[in-house]
Amino acid sequence: MEYTLLILLLPFLSFLFLGLCGKWLSHKVAGIVGTLSLGAVAVLSYMTAFQYFTAERVNGVFATLVPYNITWLPLGNLNFDLGILLDPISVMMLIVISTVSLMVHIYSFGYMHGERGFQRYYAYLSLFTMSMLGLVVATNIFQMYLFWELVGVSSYLLIGFYYTAPAAIAASKKAFIVTRFADMFFLVGILIFGYYTGSYSFSFAPEIQYASDATHFISVDAAKAVAAGGFILPTALVLMFIGGAGKSAMFPLHIWLPDAMEGPTPVSALIHAATMVVAGVFQIARLFPMWINYAPDALSIVVWVGVLTAFYAAAVACVQSDIKRVLAFSTISQIAFMMVALGVCTEFTTGHHHVGSLGYMSSMFHLFTHAMFKALLFLGAGCIIHAVHSNEMSSMGGLRKYMPITHWTFLIACLAIAGIPPFSGFFSKDEILTACMAYSPVVGWIMTGVAAMTAFYMFRLYYGIFWGKENKELYAHHTPHEAPLTMTLPLVFLALVTLGAGFIPFGHFVSADGMSYDIHLDPTIAITSVVVAITSIALATYIYKGEKQPVAEKMRAAMPRLHRWAYKRFYMDEVYQFVTHRVIFAHISKPIAWFDRHIVDGFFDFLAWGANALGFQIRGLQNGSVQRYAFTFLVGILIVVLLLIL
Amino acid sequence: MENIIFLSIFVFIPLLMLLGLWAAHTINQVRGVMVVGSTALLIHSIYLTFRFMAERAAGNTAEMLFHDKMEWFPSLNICYEVGVDGISVVMLLLSAVIVFTGTFASWRLKPLTKEYFLWFTLLSMGVFGFFITIDMFAMFMFYEIALIPMYLLIGVWGSGRKEYSAMKLTLMLMGGSAFLMCGIFGIYFGAGGNTMNILDIAHHTGGAHAIDFTQQCIWFPMTFIGFGVLGALFPFHTWSPDGHASAPTAVSMLHAGVLMKLGGYGCFRIAMFLLPDAANELGWIFLILTGISVVYGAFSACVQTDLKYINAYSSVSHCGLVLFAILMMNTTSCTGAVLQMLSHGLMTALFFALIGFIYGRTHTRDVRELSGLMKVMPFLAVCYVIAGLANLGLPGLSGFIAEMTIFVGSFENADTFHRVLTIAACSSIVVTAVYILRLVGKILYGTCTNEHHLKLTDATWDERFSVICLILAVAGLGLAPLWVSQVITDGVAPIINHISESAHQISNSNPFM
Repeated sequence: MEYTLLILLLPFLSFLFLGLCGKWLSHKVAGIVGTLSLGAVAVLSYMTAFQYFTAERVNGVFATLVPYNITWLPLGNLNFDLGILLDPISVMMLIVISTVSLMVHIYSFGYMHGERGFQRYYAYLSLFTMSMLGLVVATNIFQMYLFWELVGVSSYLLIGFYYTAPAAIAASKKAFIVTRFADMFFLVGILIFGYYTGSYSFSFAPEIQYASDATHFISVDAAKAVAAGGFILPTALVLMFIGGAGKSAMFPLHIWLPDAMEGPTPVSALIHAATMVVAGVFQIARLFPMWINYAPDALSIVVWVGVLTAFYAAAVACVQSDIKRVLAFSTISQIAFMMVALGVCTEFTTGHHHVGSLGYMSSMFHLFTHAMFKALLFLGAGCIIHAVHSNEMSSMGGLRKYMPITHWTFLIACLAIAGIPPFSGFFSKDEILTACMAYSPVVGWIMTGVAAMTAFYMFRLYYGIFWGKENKELYAHHTPHEAPLTMTLPLVFLALVTLGAGFIPFGHFVSADGMSYDIHLDPTIAITSVVVAITSIALATYIYKGEKQPVAEKMRAAMPRLHRWAYKRFYMDEVYQFVTHRVIFAHISKPIAWFDRHIVDGFFDFLAWGANALGFQIRGLQNGSVQRYAFTFLVGILIVVLLLIL
Repeated sequence: MENIIFLSIFVFIPLLMLLGLWAAHTINQVRGVMVVGSTALLIHSIYLTFRFMAERAAGNTAEMLFHDKMEWFPSLNICYEVGVDGISVVMLLLSAVIVFTGTFASWRLKPLTKEYFLWFTLLSMGVFGFFITIDMFAMFMFYEIALIPMYLLIGVWGSGRKEYSAMKLTLMLMGGSAFLMCGIFGIYFGAGGNTMNILDIAHHTGGAHAIDFTQQCIWFPMTFIGFGVLGALFPFHTWSPDGHASAPTAVSMLHAGVLMKLGGYGCFRIAMFLLPDAANELGWIFLILTGISVVYGAFSACVQTDLKYINAYSSVSHCGLVLFAILMMNTTSCTGAVLQMLSHGLMTALFFALIGFIYGRTHTRDVRELSGLMKVMPFLAVCYVIAGLANLGLPGLSGFIAEMTIFVGSFENADTFHRVLTIAACSSIVVTAVYILRLVGKILYGTCTNEHHLKLTDATWDERFSVICLILAVAGLGLAPLWVSQVITDGVAPIINHISESAHQISNSNPFM
């Protein structure tokens, strides 16, 4: 599997090439270079996946392969390694990332056509893809952190792509700083983890096969950490989870994600829907053996953070009017589903009677299906925005006639996220709900409720865009038209994946302990969730399908405050604004700067002034007058004589 | 003798450059001398690095390589004694890079170009001399040689309140020197007055306890503060914002890039190496001060409005991290400290170069008056973003590896006191992101509102050259840190071993332990 190195190297080289020589390339050449290199990466990823999953299982599980692992930076007794680790989840992530990224590369040809900075855009996309791929194949937690920071920066650069727009600048800054704040906890968690376990590596896999040139892992000595104190590993893991919560936009660190929609829409599809935002979920999945064995109680933190986020984001999504914001909150809510699914795991073994580990598989499954249909939704939204030049639902309506392909693919994605069979979202969400029900009926029912809200707000969005009242005035001025082929092709491809992905026997590839696992639906839960979803869709149809929406108006009028609060996202941004500007800037930074200039520096100025003033005071002693000198001399002698006599 | 000459080339080249500059008449001759000289220094430092690594690979385990001495003042046992270990090798490399790029950064400087370069070269001679000698007297002499030209360089070629800043900087650094001199004499006489040689004092005259413990506790703060003033130790850092703000571009580069490193280097090599008992006993006081530096500098930088002030406070924070790391007193953290010196030297030089170039065009450094420079001067703006990202510790650039090594090293101290300080220092990475991104968003992004700025041109070839060299160095260090880290660890390990052999392992005076 030596060729896996190319998966990281190709996008990096394309980033360097486009970044350094982009100025001299035409848009077309730059786009082709970026897309071709990504195409090659996708082919290599599929090859890897094929080869990996067709290889023979050892003791019923797929072997963990380490084709590369080198010491990058020695840190005392510990090592900072860089390498490639292939196991079921990282291989699955390779497929997700390279597929979505390739689709976004192709799509951007049409979407970014003629934009200033086209080459730069493709360079950033390559950088992001490289970092994200590096993150998922990390052999150790520090490598994960390294690429974690890199994806953060590429996200920053891409959100701020339209760097003359104030909103984009503010959003990119916010995204970076909020995630950086979370990363600080991640870093401290890594430090604790490394110090007490003696290693950073992910060496929990049962069977590891090294290539000849790979350095072996120093294995994690969890027993040593437990001996040093039972709370150490849970603390480290929870701190790392805070880092993951920042990237994955969990409440209350979610505030950056809705603003991140200021970036180009394909970027939102790639980074802020399908790949980067699931990094937090991936991190927990990667450290899952640690969590389940040494911090099972702490997992309930993950569950409740997830439940709260899922509900909060779904509630906010119900009233937003900007289509990308709706999708952003929907993403937050769906990622929270994956988090909850991981959190509800109670045991490690997989088997037909062990629902305790079902959450792990369902979380990864949902990650996979969600990446596809959410990318599809965002790319569809991109086509719509491209057509009407606005993000607001008020300037849309009735678009199904103008944009048939976008309409049908968008509908497929909406059905998938709502959980209607046979679309992929149904299968993964159903598994999650089964796992939640087994953990606690409370969590199970809340999540079912959130699933109902999901169906509702997605169809509110769907009707708002494709049905309802046409914005005649706007359309007369500029008739909406279907997007070009480069944009619709990815839509069709992703729609096909969304149609088929539910039938993948996912449990055969990914499960908590690596054993093959047959997914089988629990009829009660499946029927309940489908009924709930259909009811919500029917409700949304009733309220939002018509040209006039009396019910919606009435609801808004009945609960004006609730609507306003939800529309303002429960004022979370204002809270942050207050903390950063009022507290940190005005009450920490300003006083410190004042103290520095006036007290510390003033003291040294005072010393200099004092020396100067003292000089002025005593210079009278050296004024050159002989009489004065003689007088002083005489007085001095008198004093000495007196002293001698006495 | 051969070794003396080999290492002293670092001093001879600047001397020859001084002669050449003295003889030069036209501006092109001045430039020629500077380019030839600084290139020779760069080549020699690279050659030295390779030779050093080859010697180590060949199994030469002496603490100092190319060690040699020449009697100077026999009556006082003062020698001109040279030698390099891993730390000095990388410091020499850093200095050579900065001098080389600084030459190009001040390519178009006017007026009095010749005089400017004379002082500039004298300053670099002091810096190189400081890093090659291992005799305290000679080190102190070179240290002073490096400080004095600063006064003239800022006072004559500076901007803003240059006289005030030059005077303040010189007075504060001279105050530090006074402490330092007392400290050096204290060490000299405390160790018996037989030698000024660092290695001899540390090893041959009775090991760590050569100097009486009570005396160590007097001389340690003096030496540490003496060097600490230059290393921007809180509360002795206030010369730094004013000094940097007024200094001309290349002088800021050299000052922040190399001169401030003299402080950290001296603290480690003299204060801690020669006074290990006191370092263990009193280190906690300075650890708190440096911890304050790290956080305080970062927060101060958040609300500054002058580009150079932001960078100066950022330097206080980053240089604070250097001293912080050496006081953590283990091999990893001290390796991190030297890496941070390298990284900070390169990226701050890059920053000051870019600020200088921008200031040279816009004639203002006020953040509130600048905006949308990305459209006007794309090259400089992109480089500025890269410098900013290096500063906030982006992986792949040098800041990341240095910070990570420091944090991991600091975390090796398992007590609550060190842990709390380490976590506080970690918080600076967030604050750094705040001020860097605020700055980048404000001055580079957005639309350019000042119509005079719209007509400005992008970087000239000499400016591009110096900036590209620095970026290559920053990226090179950040992408392949292994060999640098090994060379540094090689120099740090014996010193740390020596400190940890000290009898006073546990500080009795620290109320937090």
